[in-house]
Amino acid sequence: MDDIPPYPPIDPTTFDLIVIGTGLPESIIAAAASTASKSVLHLDPNPFYGSHFSSLPLADLPSFLSTHSTSPSSPRPHSSEDSNEFSVLDLSTRPLYSSIDISCFSPDLLDQNSRKFNLDVAGPRVFFCADKSIELILNTGANQYMEFKSIDATFVGDNKGNLLNVPDSRAAIFKDKSMGLKEKNQLMRFFKLVQGHLAGELDVKISDEDLQSPFVDFLNKMGLPPKIKSFILYAIAMADYDQEDTGVCRDLLKTKDGIDQLALYNASIGRFQNASGALLYPIYGQGELSQAFCRRAAVKGCIYVLRMPVTALLVDKDSGCYKGVRLASGQDIFSQKLILDPTFKVTLPSGSSPPPPLQAKLPFFSQKDDRGKIARGICITATSLKPDMSNFLVVYPPRSLFPEQATSIRLLQIASNLAVCPPGMFVLYISALCDGDDQGKKLIHAVMNTLLTVPPINSESNAAVQSETTESGKPTLLWSALYNQDLTLGQVDFICSTPMPDGKLNNDYLIDVAVKLFKKIYPEDEFFPQTSSENPEDDGDGDVSPET
Amino acid sequence: MHGRPRKAPKPEDEAASTAKAQKLRALQSQFFSFHHDKIYTKEAVELSAKLLEINPESYTAWNYRKLAVEHYLSQPECNPDSVKSVLDDELRVVESALRQNFKSYGAWHHRKWVLSKGHSSINHELRLLDKFQKADSRNFHAWNYRRFVAHLMNRSEHDELKYTEDMIYTNFSNYSAWHNRSVLLSALLEKKAEGFLLKENVLPEEYEFIHQAIFTDPDDQSGWFYNLWLLDQTVTTDSPLLVSTWPTHGSDVLILRDGCQNGSSFSPFTTLHSESGSFPIVLYFNQPVEGVNSSTVTIECGFNKNGYLLWEPLSVSNSQAAQVWVAHLKFPTSELDSSVEVSVGHSKGIISTRGFQYCHPSSFSFNVHVQPVEKDSFQVSVAESILWREENFKVYSAQSEESIPIATFDQLCIKDGHDSTASNWRTEALAKEVECFRELLSLMDCKIGKLTLARLLTAYDAMSFPFANKLVHSEEVLKLYNDLMKLDPTHHRYYKDEHSLVVLQKMTSSKESLLQHCFQYKDSVSSVIANPICLRLNNLSLSRIGAFEKLLWVQMLDLSHNELQSIEGLEAMQLLSCLGLGHNKLRSITALEPLRKLKSLRVLDISYNQIGDHSIDTTRYLCSSPLSHSVGSELNTDETVISDAALVNYWEAFYMFKDLKLNQLDIVGNTIADEKFKSALVKIMPTLKRLDDELLN
Repeated sequence: MDDIPPYPPIDPTTFDLIVIGTGLPESIIAAAASTASKSVLHLDPNPFYGSHFSSLPLADLPSFLSTHSTSPSSPRPHSSEDSNEFSVLDLSTRPLYSSIDISCFSPDLLDQNSRKFNLDVAGPRVFFCADKSIELILNTGANQYMEFKSIDATFVGDNKGNLLNVPDSRAAIFKDKSMGLKEKNQLMRFFKLVQGHLAGELDVKISDEDLQSPFVDFLNKMGLPPKIKSFILYAIAMADYDQEDTGVCRDLLKTKDGIDQLALYNASIGRFQNASGALLYPIYGQGELSQAFCRRAAVKGCIYVLRMPVTALLVDKDSGCYKGVRLASGQDIFSQKLILDPTFKVTLPSGSSPPPPLQAKLPFFSQKDDRGKIARGICITATSLKPDMSNFLVVYPPRSLFPEQATSIRLLQIASNLAVCPPGMFVLYISALCDGDDQGKKLIHAVMNTLLTVPPINSESNAAVQSETTESGKPTLLWSALYNQDLTLGQVDFICSTPMPDGKLNNDYLIDVAVKLFKKIYPEDEFFPQTSSENPEDDGDGDVSPET
Repeated sequence: MHGRPRKAPKPEDEAASTAKAQKLRALQSQFFSFHHDKIYTKEAVELSAKLLEINPESYTAWNYRKLAVEHYLSQPECNPDSVKSVLDDELRVVESALRQNFKSYGAWHHRKWVLSKGHSSINHELRLLDKFQKADSRNFHAWNYRRFVAHLMNRSEHDELKYTEDMIYTNFSNYSAWHNRSVLLSALLEKKAEGFLLKENVLPEEYEFIHQAIFTDPDDQSGWFYNLWLLDQTVTTDSPLLVSTWPTHGSDVLILRDGCQNGSSFSPFTTLHSESGSFPIVLYFNQPVEGVNSSTVTIECGFNKNGYLLWEPLSVSNSQAAQVWVAHLKFPTSELDSSVEVSVGHSKGIISTRGFQYCHPSSFSFNVHVQPVEKDSFQVSVAESILWREENFKVYSAQSEESIPIATFDQLCIKDGHDSTASNWRTEALAKEVECFRELLSLMDCKIGKLTLARLLTAYDAMSFPFANKLVHSEEVLKLYNDLMKLDPTHHRYYKDEHSLVVLQKMTSSKESLLQHCFQYKDSVSSVIANPICLRLNNLSLSRIGAFEKLLWVQMLDLSHNELQSIEGLEAMQLLSCLGLGHNKLRSITALEPLRKLKSLRVLDISYNQIGDHSIDTTRYLCSSPLSHSVGSELNTDETVISDAALVNYWEAFYMFKDLKLNQLDIVGNTIADEKFKSALVKIMPTLKRLDDELLN
């Protein structure tokens, strides 16, 4: 093993917990375990924090994606030597990204600025001011490592390139120019009904029967017109699938869940004085979030080693129980528990049967995503999609772009004031749930064609296209990366592994998973116990969004 | 801040407040001694600052500081720099006081006072205001002060309008912001500023704007207030209009002196009895006006050569403005047949209370016939009494050629005043509003929406009335008010009043409907009323009366068996000589105030009301009492009467009845009407012949 770089030896060699990968769920678990006084070793084969949740420079993104798009050509030859006490199970990576498609229409401009980009691998992703991740950030004090800005607005898009403002609050309904008086009245009355219901007012209580029925049926029952229904379902409740076509809808939103989403949205508006809307985005990109939890863990004594691949797991020969890991340095490190990044899978020696606990799979995580894929796209332009506005979300409800569109497509434009790109540029994150690669591409392309001018491939060297909008008024695409990402769920068997970034707009599901995994490995310990001395709510007010 | 519940004080809070009170008391006594001794030393002034910091409501301390500043300014050694520094000190004190309580009247006033001195920079003020208005966007003190500062800075109304609009966009539940908008728009319209030349161009946009707020949240009241202001701007014409007169244009008036009509061919509607040798001319405007006098209103007739007439405003409040004006034209004792022409507003001077000139000069003319005196009839009248009994009335069947003098709007001279093209946009605006609120009500049940629709329809009918000649929406309006009475019992009385007014408008809207309420009193002709036509509006459960502009001709009016608590506006009916108000809900003598203006009133029935039911009649103190100085001179002439101890207890009755020349009064069935009171009444009104159907000596 001469080619192995000089990895530093790790001391001590025994820990309570080893966490491999610095993605969001892993980082949260590492921080929670450290806070619960466990000794934790947190490893990442990458030279940066965040794994599949990281924010990367422009040049690094393609290579990260491609590394994770193929299986290694052959398993390492030497690693399966068993020692006396342990069986050695090889770890291999699994392909998580497919049909990666990078196009660059302005090489010079982007080359000079590559390091000035912080591109989210798992975009588009935002925070609701009152969601679980903000709650967790405030509770754990991770907010001291991050800064946020408010997303200015949410729009609903159509296939003609129009962006309709989503009237998400009383003031927004009043101000809206596109709705009629009747629609304004209906929408506000619906909001009031929901608020009254949530506040426990008896005369406006929504019946249990209604709460269990599909949300779309409830909206119909309330007599809301299609446009408003679409606002509520896809731009406020953020439903993924076409709620009105049960044939394609894999996640039919119940009224109860829809109302919970509205409640979250409502609680988010005005939660922080200096955040105007419901949504927040972290300065320097979403990768900051994982990193904030890693810092939090480090403060509590967690040991960090980046650039450290793990080659194999060590399991007890007799019981088949997990014992430790073998690092790329050859060092064996032992721990009682292990949390594994979704990148890795355990290769069982051919012919051998898996260790006993492996056979008892637990129905631990909800199968909502049905193991589909998510199509993601990152586009860079030099003009905003909406003049005078920098950071905003656009939702394309199902069927809004083409008849077969079964899922919502979301687009998030982030500008340089959030330090994700050089001044004068804009990053667009697009995503949609899909079944296969072709379908995914079609969804992302549909949005790009509606909103952007995509230069012909042969004009790559033509510098003139770089920043001008064309006659059609659409911003010109400078660079794009399209890829489909597998939606793997977290897994609990004899080892625990974390999920890939999900298809939702915020991190709530991932936090749920992190809490569940933590509870699974440390049922006796509290997940981030509240320290009585701190009042996170008060601290948070100023810190969460210091600028607007 | 709004919507924050008060918390009960904790024990430690109470201890703190006791300590604060102690400190305050010490400071205060020290301060008062300085103030008393007029000590304005640095130390003394600082003490007042300390006091104000703790208690910004201490207005004496603010006044003391004003005196101290004045004192300093009067010193010979003061120069512009030191003046500025003294005044800046004042601003600092105000600011810290406002930080303690930003709704302190004294503090805001002091700041205005300092700035009015003109030595301080006002640039800081807007920034300070932004801070206060951010903390509480509805703080009307801040808004008030903002208007003051904007005026001082000569900030353009456009800028302020933009600011106000931004505040409304932030949160439209803001009475102060909407109010400020109405103030600014009024100013811009008055100035005829660029883009604000015509109301008809500005108001539709405002309607559009306020609809956004009202439809978004009909439960929020602030928008409705603004809507009401807009409605008022739409309905009310800037320049006042003459809506009706008595006598009407082209009418023949027969005047009987102390006698009965003897079979003439004159219409009973325009036959009048007069003891005084004069008859009233009544002008009824659409809004209160000032400046009606013999130069703005001129009279041409054969018998009043000099043309001078004393015009008197008919308003209860004794102000110089009134909607109705009356003058009494004297006629000669001899038999007379003459035409009279009255010209209104041909020379300037009639001005509405909002400051708009009457600018529709109009005139009307009528003929007057005076019949000679019949000496012996007077004796007969003494014995006769008016009884409001059903059997005494029979339906009046009008001769076809007779016209009830209600059709004032048909008279060309008045109609000239209505500029039909100019009011087109108003009608259109109202029609649009009606449509809009019908839509709102189709979406949801909304009390204020119903009320607004009712008001809109009423206004719409009134506006299109001269042309449409029919109150097309009155049934719908009545239904809306009936609904509202059920939906919103708290405001039942208001809805009832509005309902009553609509009923009356409807009743008086056409000759046919009005004739159904016209009755003839007995067969015989009474002496007190030359005119035997009685308008009977009894048993209609009216709580309020209106439509006076169409009832100016009425001499005998039966309002009995209604639910009247007030007879406001009745003073317009100058010809009234017999009035039946029995079986109503009048609760005090003072409620009869409008009657004081009715010089012709001879017969009054206020029996079976609730006068005196409530031992304490607070309105009693609103009228002049012999104990108050304001009417001293007026009462001097009656000193002999007032010295009567019995009358002192009934001063409001004295005040109310002393100028009435009633012959007959029915007051039975009221708590107040005991023997003592009745004997007082007899003293007050020597003219009284009958009291509760008893002949007096």
